[in-house]
Amino acid sequence: MAKVVFRQVGSALVAHLSGEIDHHAAEKLRQEIEQQLERRPVEQLCLDFGGVGFMDSSGVGLILGRARRMRAEQGRLTVADVPPSLGKMLDLAGIPYTAKEDKQ
Amino acid sequence: MKPIDQISVQFMSRSVNEGFARGVVSAFLARADPTVEQLIDVKTAVSEAVTNAIVHGYPGRLGPVKLTLAFYETGLVKITVADRGCGIEDVQKAMQPLYTTGDPELRAGLGFAVMQNFTDKLAVHSKPGKGTRVVLYKQLGRRE
Repeated sequence: MAKVVFRQVGSALVAHLSGEIDHHAAEKLRQEIEQQLERRPVEQLCLDFGGVGFMDSSGVGLILGRARRMRAEQGRLTVADVPPSLGKMLDLAGIPYTAKEDKQ
Repeated sequence: MKPIDQISVQFMSRSVNEGFARGVVSAFLARADPTVEQLIDVKTAVSEAVTNAIVHGYPGRLGPVKLTLAFYETGLVKITVADRGCGIEDVQKAMQPLYTTGDPELRAGLGFAVMQNFTDKLAVHSKPGKGTRVVLYKQLGRRE
């Protein structure tokens, strides 16, 4: 089951995503992120993929849709904490991101 | 060439079955001892194919989706995802990256591009009104 938990960091909203992001999960995640942005508009939205174990191209749709929304409101979107298993998908889609750091 | 083993599962085109199909892939491929990357590649490609069948094969209705996995002595895995839905008018056009007839807020139009990039070979057979069959091949077991 995919989940999203929000955390406010200064002027940015961090959305901590976890679970498996597929077409089944993407609509629910999209709605929850949209609701949060409507309640509290922010300059920067950070999608944190640290807890995501699987993602197909539905996750790419989720990222691109949120990026469009943030741009329309002069804000920006960042993609962070990406596990190695998700790198190939984001590279294929041409989405810039920061990779998850190995916790020794 | 005959497979060593082959399984088929059929399920209804409910989106919750996208995860079920990936689970079936993981369980079946355990015998093939794939690398972590190979398993992710196959699960991702299957997730795309099954999602396409659910979203585009049966828009606004339910129908059967059949997933067949075959494993060959050479380490080759053949994956077939078939639906009896509405079919694709123009397969070449549907396979273009970023082309989608779905909701662009949810689908990036990358399904076929991902299937192509994450497997070794992809074939798509479709007849409007009859359904679509996607066949994917992935060579496993080559560890250097």
